[in-house]
Amino acid sequence: MHRQGPNTETGGGTQPRKWRPGELDAGFPIVGREDFSDTTFRLDIDHPVMAKAARPGQFVIVVMHDHSERIPLTIADFDRDKGTVTLVVQAVGKSTCEMQQLCHPGVALYGMVGPMGLPSHVSGAKKVICIGGGLGVAPIFPQARAFKEGGAYVIGVVGFRNRDLIFWEDKFRQCCDELIICTDDGSAGIKGLVTKGIEQAIEQHSDIDEVIAIGPPIMMKACAETTRPHGIKTVVSLNPIMVDGTGMCGGCRVKIGDRIMFACVDGPDFDGHDVDFDDLMNRLRRFKEEEHLALAHWKENCRRPGQERS
Amino acid sequence: MPVQAPEARVANFDEVALGFDLDNALVECERCLICPEPACVAGCPVGIDIPGFICKMIDGDHRGAYDIVTEANFLPAICGRVCPQEDQCEGVCPVGDTLKPVAVGRLERWVGDRAIEEGWRKRPYIEPNDFRVGIIGSGPAGMACAADLAKAGCAVTVYEALHAPGGVLRYGIPEFRLPNQVIDEEIGNLIDLGIEIKCNTLVGRLFTIEQMLGEMGYDAVFIGTGAGSPKFMNIPGETLNGVLSANELLTRCNLMVAGRFPDYDTPLHLGRKIAVIGSGNTAMDAMRVSLRLGAEKVHCVYRRTEGESPARVEELHHAQEEGVDFQWLTAPVEILDDGDGNVRAMRCVRMELGEPDESGRRRPVPVEGSEFEFETDMVVYAIGTNANPILGQTSKLKLNKWHYIDTDENLATSMAGVYAGGDIVTGAATVILALGAGRRAARSIKEYLGIRDSDIVYRPERSGHEGALFGIDMAERNFARVHIA
Ligand SMILES: Cc1cc2nc3c(=O)[nH]c(=O)nc-3n(C[C@H](O)[C@H](O)[C@H](O)COP(=O)(O)OP(=O)(O)OC[C@H]3O[C@@H](n4cnc5c(N)ncnc54)[C@H](O)[C@@H]3O)c2cc1C
Ligand SMILES: Cc1cc2nc3c(=O)[nH]c(=O)nc-3n(C[C@H](O)[C@H](O)[C@H](O)COP(=O)(O)OP(=O)(O)OC[C@H]3O[C@@H](n4cnc5c(N)ncnc54)[C@H](O)[C@@H]3O)c2cc1C
Ligand code: SF4
Ligand code: FES
Repeated sequence: MHRQGPNTETGGGTQPRKWRPGELDAGFPIVGREDFSDTTFRLDIDHPVMAKAARPGQFVIVVMHDHSERIPLTIADFDRDKGTVTLVVQAVGKSTCEMQQLCHPGVALYGMVGPMGLPSHVSGAKKVICIGGGLGVAPIFPQARAFKEGGAYVIGVVGFRNRDLIFWEDKFRQCCDELIICTDDGSAGIKGLVTKGIEQAIEQHSDIDEVIAIGPPIMMKACAETTRPHGIKTVVSLNPIMVDGTGMCGGCRVKIGDRIMFACVDGPDFDGHDVDFDDLMNRLRRFKEEEHLALAHWKENCRRPGQERS
Repeated sequence: MPVQAPEARVANFDEVALGFDLDNALVECERCLICPEPACVAGCPVGIDIPGFICKMIDGDHRGAYDIVTEANFLPAICGRVCPQEDQCEGVCPVGDTLKPVAVGRLERWVGDRAIEEGWRKRPYIEPNDFRVGIIGSGPAGMACAADLAKAGCAVTVYEALHAPGGVLRYGIPEFRLPNQVIDEEIGNLIDLGIEIKCNTLVGRLFTIEQMLGEMGYDAVFIGTGAGSPKFMNIPGETLNGVLSANELLTRCNLMVAGRFPDYDTPLHLGRKIAVIGSGNTAMDAMRVSLRLGAEKVHCVYRRTEGESPARVEELHHAQEEGVDFQWLTAPVEILDDGDGNVRAMRCVRMELGEPDESGRRRPVPVEGSEFEFETDMVVYAIGTNANPILGQTSKLKLNKWHYIDTDENLATSMAGVYAGGDIVTGAATVILALGAGRRAARSIKEYLGIRDSDIVYRPERSGHEGALFGIDMAERNFARVHIA
């Protein structure tokens, strides 16, 4: 038989087993890492089935160890041959800083589940602008590639604070017919926000069918406002606070027009012109105090990682 | 039954109901009339031979009592704690006509706890067959189906989306009602039967049911994914910070241990003055968890009266003792903002009971001009759930008009070889009904795979004097007796 038979002893003998956290899953091994800057890094996780199942626009939920939060991260890339899933993480708070410190090849994540969310609808659009800013730069990549593979003319617009933070420029050049890089300080590409890049693209091309924008809510809001007067369909990928990612808690609810949707099962992609971004930004502040506390608590203890856990 | 004093228990997460000791249990057993046609057995959704196990208890054969209970219900320590016995076995016990009914639930729990203490396990030798069955969801429905199929010799894998198995038992029902230790032990029982449990697997997204039956080579699939998607009311202010579902609150506390933030990473941001909408078990749990985490005041807002409250009476009673303020006949109309995106107050309206509706319950109608404002900084919704959409989105399964999975009376779905049961079929119900549905589906799957009860060969581990004939467990015949309300 292909499986370990059940215990054949009758009567006392062996100790009865009890389920323990982490006992059933060997974990999800990290097999690659690259640091793009002092806050942003790439992780490759070995998960051949997920690498096959993943579609652009989907995300995973990662649980680093048995005391961790469940944190959602977009699938930034997947390699179906190598069987790896790539995440790009920006260290912004306790959990992501801890990942930056602890996640190295050889370490295994305690939990990783996905691919979650509806895959992005890669429409038959002929000409698209794919916009990524901040933590949205990596997640826009598989979408740009999917549009390219679908035969579209792809204009990439990616925003960084300065030239030192730029990553994956070559990857984007490969799948974009045009690439506009925007930096806050003008140290590379055009100086200004990604909206400036969008305006430039719209000026040069009157026939844009669709815009896809991923980044901080404030950026996506600005993108949606930029395209609204032109009536160009704009898809955004929302990142509300999540817990389970399976539609079970409702923590991820977002206002879309006059409807309430659960971003983890109804999204994360929505029509940017219908999204109530102010509501989303308010809800992202829900745990402000706790986030500060958690980071401070961790910084105090992080010289002895693992030891303070009880 | 002894309980922790209300003043003490609101400050801890230890179990409220302490359970019988042996002497108390025996006194309780002596009260049973051992009816020849026991009403309690008929009242039990899985038909536990209640007088049978009580007799064993009186004989001092505790292991025998455990074997009898587990023939029908392999989760006695769990069901003894969470079943609504007042609507089932205890509700129909004739002793209850004049006195308190025999405390069947507490006796069941005693037997289950005793088994955990003693390390008793149903660990039979099973002759494997060549069938492989995939189970989706590790709640009571999935666990029950898995156990029965494993005992029939199938190779069973249970897939669970969360990082820990147990379903609502794990993420919903709090520690003071059902300690995690008990769930871990009962799941250990499954592992002992050779069942493989794979967490972190979201079926429908990582692979589909079609793939399970195709490439992955499962001969049959059981779906027990629970009801799980919380309802809101669509009143103004629902997306303010401080408004959340009871599921979220309970998941943060039970599964993610938010009560021990920042040692555990998941925060909760508990309010001071909490309003919980609804009055079922979920609402009771949310209220009592909030009190234990230090809320100053907890209010229950329910549009009907105490008599219609769907919670287990014991939980309602415990919540009252612990100081929850119940606002019966009250419904929320709007949640009000503090100007900074947080909840400040809730506007409510008083209700009165009008004509009976289709369900026979009197329909609450608002009392004109009775609106009032109610100060609160956290509003928790516990008004029921919708079907989880994921499997519907990712397969061709036929759903009913409420988006639950459509099955026939044998729990077969519209796809050949795929069965479903528990909350995903019935809508939110109870642990024991989910468990019964899991067992019924297991019986259907055995029929579908052509496994006859007489083909099931295992040497059962039991106390010895009854049951096995020619190495065939006669108890397995019990499947034929399972009946569900
Ligand atoms: C669908 C989805 C996809 C995401 N993809 C990525 C990704 O590819 N790469 C990446 O680096 N991050 C991604 N995020 C955001 C990431 O989940 C959060 O940055 C992370 O949970 C923060 O945890 P923390 O403990 O480190 O920080 P915290 O201390 O919890 O928060 C620090 C800061 O991050 C903000 N924040 C908290 N939670 C979220 C959230 N869910 N979304 C956005 N901001 C948040 C807070 O408002 C705060 O300002 C995604 C979020 C979602 C919902
Ligand atoms: C707070 C609360 C208190 C309750 N108290 C009581 C009580 O006291 N007594 C009582 O009898 N009943 C009670 N109930 C009801 C009872 O818990 C449920 O009826 C019962 O658990 C339903 O069991 P189930 O197996 O159908 O589903 P669930 O227990 O909901 O389990 C379903 C499991 O499937 C998983 N899942 C879902 N989708 C997927 C997927 N696509 N892939 C993989 N896994 C998936 C879920 O993560 C979950 O773990 C309570 C419910 C709640 C919420
Ligand atoms: S528990 Fe009640 S109904 Fe059941 S056998 Fe005893 S007396 Fe009869
Ligand atoms: S994250 Fe819980 S419902 Fe979406």
